[in-house]
Order: sequence, then structure tokens, then C-alpha cells
Amino acid sequence: MVPREGRTVTAREHEAIEILLVEDDPLDLEMTLRALDGDRVNNRIEVARDGEEALDFLLRRGAHTGRSLESQPKLVLLDLKLPKIDGLEVLREIRARPETRTIPVVVLTSSAEQRDIVETYKLGVNSYIQKPVDSVQFRQTVKAAGFYWLVVNRPPLVEA
Amino acid sequence: MLKFRDYSIKKKLTLMNMLVSGVTLLLACVAFGVYELATLRSNMVKTLSIQAQMVGANSASALLFNDAKSGENTLSALKAAPTVLSSGIYTLAGEPFAVYRRGAGGFVPPIPPMPAGQTEEHWFADKELKLIRSIVFQGKPIGTVYIRSDLQEMNHRLVQYVGIVAAVLSVSLTAAFLLLMAFQRAATRPILQLAETARIVSREKTYSVRAPSTDNHDEVGLLIEAFNEMLVQIQARDAALQTSQEELEQRVTQRTAELDATNKELEAFTYSVAHDLRAPLRHIQGFSNLLVESFGPQLEPEAKKHLQRIGEGTQQMGRLIDDLLSLARIGRQEPRLQATGLNSLVQEVLRDLKTETEGRDIQWQVGDLPFVDCDPGLMKQVFYNLLSNAAKYTRPRKPAVIDIGQVSWEGQLVNFVRDNGVGFNMKYADKLFGVFQRLHRKEDFEGTGVGLATVQRIIHKHGGRIWAEAEIDKGATFFFSLTSQNDGRQRANGPEGGKNGDGKRT
Repeated sequence: MVPREGRTVTAREHEAIEILLVEDDPLDLEMTLRALDGDRVNNRIEVARDGEEALDFLLRRGAHTGRSLESQPKLVLLDLKLPKIDGLEVLREIRARPETRTIPVVVLTSSAEQRDIVETYKLGVNSYIQKPVDSVQFRQTVKAAGFYWLVVNRPPLVEA
Repeated sequence: MLKFRDYSIKKKLTLMNMLVSGVTLLLACVAFGVYELATLRSNMVKTLSIQAQMVGANSASALLFNDAKSGENTLSALKAAPTVLSSGIYTLAGEPFAVYRRGAGGFVPPIPPMPAGQTEEHWFADKELKLIRSIVFQGKPIGTVYIRSDLQEMNHRLVQYVGIVAAVLSVSLTAAFLLLMAFQRAATRPILQLAETARIVSREKTYSVRAPSTDNHDEVGLLIEAFNEMLVQIQARDAALQTSQEELEQRVTQRTAELDATNKELEAFTYSVAHDLRAPLRHIQGFSNLLVESFGPQLEPEAKKHLQRIGEGTQQMGRLIDDLLSLARIGRQEPRLQATGLNSLVQEVLRDLKTETEGRDIQWQVGDLPFVDCDPGLMKQVFYNLLSNAAKYTRPRKPAVIDIGQVSWEGQLVNFVRDNGVGFNMKYADKLFGVFQRLHRKEDFEGTGVGLATVQRIIHKHGGRIWAEAEIDKGATFFFSLTSQNDGRQRANGPEGGKNGDGKRT
């Protein structure tokens, strides 16, 4: 198993993106990718390192202009504390735009503060997960979330 | 109708004075009237008596010689006296001898008998004065003169008198009233002004007005002076109060601003703790785990042990952060009270503790607990911390006995959690509820030193009290009260009992 650099996993052309992972912390990013590794989704993860990148990708602007709507991710894993545009803003924007409104968003963050949980649910988050400190639990939790949202769950088709 | 005591002081004074002078005048007039009446009557009697004497003296010979004509002549002289109605000369036997009558008609009444030993008698009766007098000749009575006189003159005089009295009364009362008005103004004006000032003070709550002072050195003058002095003092006190209140308000505003700033800082701090402090721990854990997974076979057993310690340390740190955040959260939030059955709360906690106490021999003895108004989430945390503590410190006991119940303490019902665990030295009882204070070594009993501080904070938030009793190796008992507990019990017994039944299910 070779440790991967930050943004090493990029969706190939014409291949649907499974997960958009929005994470600024490189170590957390690596741990999350490792946890998801081994699943059938490992090659189809797009990584955004801040809120701006995430929105550029989802709204197909900037570097992502011209990306087809069919390649919208089936799940957004979103950290709350992010540079430039924070997670709450990203979530608000996702829910405001028709082309991203129906994408399931799971918040994956350190905090278990009620105000964070309440705020994100008010903005229409689908799930809120606190990153466990324990590494075994961490891996299990991330795996379980990926399994549930990508395998068990049936998302609506993205409307053009 | 207004009662006398509700009249204004002006009216009271007027009424009193008019009444007093009226009564005095009236009494004087009545006295004079009575005296006048007595004088009039005695004068009338005197006049009639003289007339009777004259008639008697002039008619003695007529009687002696039985000359009725002469007697009637004598009587007719009475024509000159306008008040005489009729008169008669009677023989000793009482037979009329000669009669005189004013006007026509009438009859000659029989003369009333002369009281024994008297020569003259008179009566006032039937608006008439009647007088009889013996006619005496050479010391012997030979007949009687009888004269009836009307009281018209006297009555006329009396009517006149009453008229005069009425005139005098009205003139003098009017004069008295006018005089009174003049004096009264001087006497009552300061009182009225004082009353008006007092009214303004009480109505407008302004203490800057003053009652106009008088030069009088009487009681009213003193009262006004004292009242004004009082107003001066109140005004001064008011001003002082105002100043200190403004100061206080300013200080409160300043402190509030400071507190707000501190609170914001604290918020930012806890936010940062919640988000940032856990991440490095996660990384330490994650990557030391990765080390074992990836390079496990190449590692010395000693190295693995070190890695395990790193793992334990980070886990303890994670628990500490969680506990501290929870403590901080409780400090910020107000408890949301609702009727809660403590028994069901304890059962929930016992279910949660099942994994933790697996394989242990613990006898849980749960007594009857009340329904209380409390924040169920927070109260559950209280029981969770107390019960898991009890389970932890009874670990060397087989069986461990943990009692949960209610007991009367100094007249108040309090809840308790008792265990037969290792206990502690009461010398350190005051350190029990401090943050990070621990009475046991970490290798004996794990913990962060935040649990009991959290419990105490929750109890205090509910307006209650918590304390403990213990003996080393005998066990510990934690008591706690909630001020709202008694309310809850009263309500449970009251007519709203059914409402509490709903509360039980929540």
C-alpha cells in the first residue's frame, strides 16, 4: 500500500464521480482516503481543498467549466472548517442551486457542538458525522457512511 | 351624602363656628325670652290683682246693701282695661251678684273655689288668666271678685320678641359668618396650600415644589416648615440616588460589554477546541495505528508497547476534550424544565451502563424516586456520572451494592446515590467537585476529573445543592436536591396529577 499525496485521485474523463471530498487538512484527507480505499469508489473521488474549489467543481465553473452534468458526484463529504468559504456557506450554496440541490451532503467534521449540528440540519444536510478520535472507529465510520450513501441509498437523478 | 369627617377643613371650621355661635345666641335669646315671659306674666297678675282690689273695695258697700246696680257700675269701670274679658262679683255663697262682659254673649261661669287661708288666687289656663279675690269688709270676707283676662297682649309681645330674636340671630350670624370668612382665610389658607403641595408631590412625583411658607409661628407654620424640609431631603436623596444609579448603570453597561467580549472569546475558544484540538489527536492515533498495521512485523515488542501508550494517551486526551466541552456547554445553556420521572431516567442510565458493567457483580437497588421539574437530558447526565462513578469505585467489591433513592434531609426530600466502594477521606470532600480534581490515582481508577464538576454545575443550574459523605473503604453517598423538586411533588399530588402522568412518558 503506497501512501498517496494530497490531490492524487482525479476522476477520469467521462466517468461519473462518486464522491466529492471537501477537506483542507492533508492528514485527515489521507486518513479518509485510506478509509475509503479498497471500496469500488476509490478511483472516483474528487478532492477539493477549500470551499471555493468545492463550489467551482459542483457549479462547473473556473477549472471545471464544461464538465457535464452527468458527472455530478453521488455524495459530498463536507468538512465544516474550511479556508476561503466555510462548510456552512458551501452547504447553503449547494442547496440554493438547482443543479446541486438534490445531491446528498454528509458533514464530516471534528465538532459535535449542537450549534454546528443544528445549523447544518437547518440548511438541509443529509447526515452529520463527527470524526472519531479513535482511528479504528474513524475508519469504520467513514466506510459505513460511504457504504450507506453510495450502495444502500438511492439518490434522485440530477435534473438538467 | 358626605359625612362630616369628609368635609374640607374650611367647611368644617365654618360649620363648627356657625354652630357654636348659633347655639350660644339661641341659648341667650331663650334665657332672655323665659325671663321676659315670667316678667310679663307677673306684671299681668299684678295689674289684674290691683283691678280686683279696686273692684272689691268699691263694691263692698254694694254687696253689703245688696245693690247689684252699683256693683255692675263698679264692674263696668273695667271697660278701660282692654284685656279683661269678663268679670263678676260673687256672694260669699258663690252666687253671681253682678257681672260684666266684654262684647255680647257668653255665660257666667261658676267661680273656682278659693284655696283655704288665701285671699287671692290666679290661674293661667285656656289662653286666659283667671283671678279671684275675696272682698273683705272689716276683716271679714263678704264676697269674691272674679276677673278673666285674655293673654293677647302677652302673646303679641311674645310674637314680637320671637321676631326680634330671629332678626338678631340672622344679623349676628351673618356678621359672624363674614367675620369667620375673614379670619378663616388667614387660618386655613396655609393648610390648603400645604394640602395642594402634597397633592402635587404625590400626583406628579416631583419633589422640587415647596409649600408657600407663612410668617405664622403656629403649628401649621411648623408643619409647613417641616414638610418643606422633608421635601428638600427627599430631593437631595433622589439626586444622590439618581447619580449612583447612573453610575451603576454605566458600570453595568461596561461590565456587560466586558462580559460579552469574554463570552465571545470563550465561544471562539470552545469552537476552536471542538474543531481544532481533536484533529491532531486523530492524526496521532491514526498514524501510530498505521505504523502498527504497515510495519507491525518489523517492530520490536517494546516499540509496540510505546505505540499502545501513545494510543491510550490520545484517547484520554480525547475524553478530556469531550468532557470539557460538555462542561462548557452546560455553563452556557439554561435548563429546559419539564416534569420528569427520575425512576425512568435511572432505568435509561442503567441500560446505557450495561456494556460498561458487563461481568461485574453489582446489586442495583432503586427506590421510589419522585417526579421533578428538570431538564431531562441534563438530569440524565447527572445520574449517568454518579452511577458510573459508583460502579467504578466499587470495582474491588463482590458484590457491589449501589442504592439509589430518596431521603428526608433537614425537612427536605433529597435524592441520593450510595455505594459500598472504596470511599474517600472526608478531609478532601471540598475538592470533590472541582474541575480536574481527583482523589484517586489514575492507575487505580481512570477518569478526567470533570464528571463531578459537570454534575455540580447541572445541579446548581437547577437551583439545587449537591454534597457527599464517605468513609475510606466503606463507601460514599452523594446527596442532591433540586429546588424545583418540591414543586413537582406538590403538583403530582394536586389536581393536575394527570398532567404529570403525561410527563412520565416523556
